Amino acid sequence: MGLPRVSILATTEEAAPAKRAEDKVSDTFLQKLKGFSSDDLFEFLATSIGSLVLVILIVTSVVLTRGSLAVFGKFGFGFLTGTDWNTSLGSESYGALPYILGTLVTAGIAISVGILISLGIAIFLSEMAPSFLRSPLSQVIELLAAVPSVIYGFWGLFVFRFWVRDYLETPLSTYLGWIPAFHGTATGYDILTAGLVLSIMIIPTVSSVSKETMMAVPSSQREAAYSIGATRWEVVKLGVLRYGRSGIFGAAILGLGRAVGETMAVTMVIGGTPGPYVLPTSLLKGGVTLSSLIATEFGDATGIHLSALFGLGIVLFLFALVINVFARLMVWRVFKVTGGIVE
Amino acid sequence: MIPLASILFEVVRNGATALSVQFLTGTPALVTLPTGNAALAGGIAVSIEGTLVLMGLTAVIAVPIGLLAGVYLAEFGDNRFGRSIRFLNDVLSEFPSIVIGILVYSILVVGLRVGFSAFAGGVALSIIMLPIVTRTTEESIKLVPRSVRDAAMALGIRKWRATISVVLSTARSGVVTGALLSVARISGESAPLLLTIGTSSYFLSGLNQQVDALPVRIFLLSSENYVSGAQQQGWGAALILIVLVLCLNLAVRIATRGKYGAVRSRI
Repeated sequence: MGLPRVSILATTEEAAPAKRAEDKVSDTFLQKLKGFSSDDLFEFLATSIGSLVLVILIVTSVVLTRGSLAVFGKFGFGFLTGTDWNTSLGSESYGALPYILGTLVTAGIAISVGILISLGIAIFLSEMAPSFLRSPLSQVIELLAAVPSVIYGFWGLFVFRFWVRDYLETPLSTYLGWIPAFHGTATGYDILTAGLVLSIMIIPTVSSVSKETMMAVPSSQREAAYSIGATRWEVVKLGVLRYGRSGIFGAAILGLGRAVGETMAVTMVIGGTPGPYVLPTSLLKGGVTLSSLIATEFGDATGIHLSALFGLGIVLFLFALVINVFARLMVWRVFKVTGGIVE
Repeated sequence: MIPLASILFEVVRNGATALSVQFLTGTPALVTLPTGNAALAGGIAVSIEGTLVLMGLTAVIAVPIGLLAGVYLAEFGDNRFGRSIRFLNDVLSEFPSIVIGILVYSILVVGLRVGFSAFAGGVALSIIMLPIVTRTTEESIKLVPRSVRDAAMALGIRKWRATISVVLSTARSGVVTGALLSVARISGESAPLLLTIGTSSYFLSGLNQQVDALPVRIFLLSSENYVSGAQQQGWGAALILIVLVLCLNLAVRIATRGKYGAVRSRI
């Protein structure tokens, strides 16, 4: 049984580079085959395994596109702007707008709260912390990243939700309830809680990348600021933050990417049911995000309903792709600059 | 700091009350209370087993592939194509895990008719783990001094042999650190598992069978919190999961104190 399979594998591995060589220069084909060493095989094997990432990304986009053809065929771009979510057979109607906005609003809360705390942590760790505190503190923050998201969700649902409800939402709805964004009763089972749980979850990512950026800022920047009589805060502001701003910005976008894709914790605390009324008009309302809707309905969806969920998936895929590519480019730029030109 | 402390405190406080021999070794069961209401009893051994099986399966699939991909990036990746692969790899490692769930659902569960199974779950987790292992391997290989490689090449052995026997074995502990930490990370993943492993109340009889996993069980218990006992069981399961993940993390971190910062920052 084992033998024929092995031989098939071996032939495909050797045939493929030969084919590539044929494409390039056909007259040196035989020569190449003769000089084909185990090193070439190793390089080819490593390269093809390395390219697996590319294959995964391409296959993902193909699968999502194929799956969502039906829903885009039926509703066109109305799928992206519609607000209905009717799964009953015969009168089915799907629109993704409330969930796209739900995702953006929760991620927006997460990043605006998360960046402040993360920057505080990063500045403390890279500029101020005494060296005996630095390592244990970063370890603790790394541990925060290791906590599974479902546990954040469970904690959010049974503990954190009540803190948010009692200390944040009740005052907000009592005193600022006239602002549409804080309209509604404080339940703690809503968009605000989801955003805040997310903000905690992205702190490790954002703070560690910003810390790395800040540590990569050459000390000449700080010395220059000190030499013109800057205070400690001014040194951080002018010498470090301004210099590393694109890296910090990249870190924030990276955090945004995490927040957009996060599923479980959000699903557990956001507490809305799909339909036109979960448009995120108030932070104290239950909401639904792209990922939470996929997670809750994928199990029993069929036909065009399933296709609609694939449609949500492709929106999420595109969001994640754009955000992550952008973030990586920002972060890479900083490290390139500090690694070469400036120093 | 406060959230981490609170999470740990609540999980330990509430989870400890759920722990018992029956909880750790039993299968899920519903009992009827004297009041006539149903309550969850029994244990979560099936979920613990499922999580361990998935972790093992994922490691078996993702570590060899990630190792080779890391070798590619470190040894052959210094060109335009290599740089784009490294870039895509970083992008994939931050990808929403639920999208990976949809991918594996379409290709394996439905496409190849594998069905909801431990295998499908393992593949989904592998896709999430792969980019992490790749990068940690690359970083560990880059830590190997040039002289070690040169010495190996000077012996006249082939490059692949030098890479595998000398470079990789020098980088071994960094690679292992990376692999262990990424297994710890994926052991808490639940979104892709929701779409791939199905659910089960019985011990595993084969990799093509549906399984249960701790994170999924915690999620299901949280959505059933109107059933009495569900919340308590959820805390218990959360305690076991967090102990598993944090022990793995702490052990690796203590064993490699002060080393492999570059490797760890990739997780």
